[in-house]
Amino acid sequence: MIIGLAHYLAVAAILFTIGVFGIFVNRKNIIVILMSVELILLAVNINLVAFSAYLGNLTGQIFAMFVLTVAAAEAAVGLAILVTFFRNRGDIAVDDASMMKG
Amino acid sequence: MALQAIAFYLMAAVTLASGFCVVSARNPVHSVLWLILAFFSAAGLFVLIGAEFLAMLLVVVYVGAVAVLFLFVVMMLDVDFASLRQGFARYMPFGLLIGAFLAAEMVLVASTVAGQGAAKHSLGPAASGTGSALSNAEAIGRVLYTDYIYFFQAAGLVLLVAMIGAIVLTLRHKPGVKRQVIMDQVLRTPKTGMKIVNPKSGEGIEG
Repeated sequence: MIIGLAHYLAVAAILFTIGVFGIFVNRKNIIVILMSVELILLAVNINLVAFSAYLGNLTGQIFAMFVLTVAAAEAAVGLAILVTFFRNRGDIAVDDASMMKG
Repeated sequence: MALQAIAFYLMAAVTLASGFCVVSARNPVHSVLWLILAFFSAAGLFVLIGAEFLAMLLVVVYVGAVAVLFLFVVMMLDVDFASLRQGFARYMPFGLLIGAFLAAEMVLVASTVAGQGAAKHSLGPAASGTGSALSNAEAIGRVLYTDYIYFFQAAGLVLLVAMIGAIVLTLRHKPGVKRQVIMDQVLRTPKTGMKIVNPKSGEGIEG
């Protein structure tokens, strides 16, 4: 039984779906939403690396590295915003966060 | 080949199961730990496909930095997590519906692409763009610092901006705390810094 490209793509697709599902069901908890975004980016990375390996082209892995960079930056800034939000409101329920409306 | 298949299915199953536990765990600390497991087994998948360098990067960056950052924040914030899970059952059916459609579509597209387009060029996992003598890390280094040098610098810039942004966002000046103001210190001159008084004998110097 040979593990082909389709296997990796299927795993990535299911992982992506789990991430989207997590954003849907955890509407209030922004920490879990951020973790779901990380899962989605991981699924994208799996796709990039799988295509890179099976097409014999390293560009996919380079791009996966940049996605990794952006994901790390996003996590850092997102958590910083979360900490500031918590300081201002004393809570992190985001479903009723409408302070930006002015 | 059978061993490779077993390893793939094991790591894929662990990745997906822990991914599901991330979004469904009651305790966010458990979520972070499941996230670490998901990244770790995804790194295993990367090793399996021949991308060792990215696998190590995933372990170092995610398990070493991002997951610990999440863990810090989750444990630092004193949040009532029970109240944050109120809508879970309400959004569950809708989320499952959307998720099922999404997964079905993507798996369909993936199997079509793998069966028709990409499979034609398929060289197998061993030929991941590397020559026979080069390791994966060396091959990546050869193109990363030559062809993709500007993108590499741009990635560094992104990280710099994120770092400054995170510091600026979380920096807080508490009132009543004395801080060192470098500009005031540098601008001090002998004229402002000292004064010469000539006290009379028997009298002190007033403050």
